[in-house]
Amino acid sequence: MVPLSHYLALSVILFVIGAAGFLFRRNIITVFMCIELMLNAVNLAFMAFSRFRGNLDGQIFVFFVIVVAAAEAAVGLAVIIALHRNRASLNIEDVDSMKM
Amino acid sequence: MTILFYIFAALTVLAALNVVLQRTPVYSALSLIVVLCSLAGVYLLLGAEFLAVLQVIVYAGAIMVLFVFVIMLLNAGREVPSHRSHLVKWLGAPLIGAFLVEMLVVIWDQFPPTAAAPPAHLDGSPAAIGHLLFRSYVLPFEVTSILILVAVLGAVVLAKKEF
Repeated sequence: MVPLSHYLALSVILFVIGAAGFLFRRNIITVFMCIELMLNAVNLAFMAFSRFRGNLDGQIFVFFVIVVAAAEAAVGLAVIIALHRNRASLNIEDVDSMKM
Repeated sequence: MTILFYIFAALTVLAALNVVLQRTPVYSALSLIVVLCSLAGVYLLLGAEFLAVLQVIVYAGAIMVLFVFVIMLLNAGREVPSHRSHLVKWLGAPLIGAFLVEMLVVIWDQFPPTAAAPPAHLDGSPAAIGHLLFRSYVLPFEVTSILILVAVLGAVVLAKKEF
């Protein structure tokens, strides 16, 4: 049987990879995909705890996270389309109006 | 069963690294599909059949199709290397490394690999999830429908021509 710590370690590694991509990538679509990666890492932690505590509530949370991710992807990609139309660029360094 | 988990875990981490390291968004998206599908395999090993199927249908199916569609629509090509501030590189990399080490240490400390085994069986079937969803969680479920409605309206308004 795989111990709980291995599932959690996989979850943390996935989250860190997603966070690194979020910081270091410059393409806004790739940055968005890294957010999905981090969401999935959290989902995996929920699933592992749900299994090891014998409690189904964690799986319900994963269900809601998937739904919210779907809504987030729809709105986020629409924002990216509007952004591309106004700036003609997908580089996040070209979108710095709110930067001090 | 045990060896399957490590195969899926290695596949997940390698594909996730590929998502971050690829410079072309389409390759990143295809690698992300591999990540999502192998995570569905891990969910199956955890006894969550319904969520595993949902992961493949909704995540790897619907959401990733949306991503690939937008990448093609915007004709997203190779990413140009950054020429601006390197602060994020010099500050971000050590911080992320520190976070990884810290979390791994805490996990090994709090949940040692020799800790108690999980209960023998957990019912992750659609029937069990449905019972819980429509009894204890019926209000969040209904609120979710409003969220999706708002998201659809927002997406249509944002992507409209004259915005």
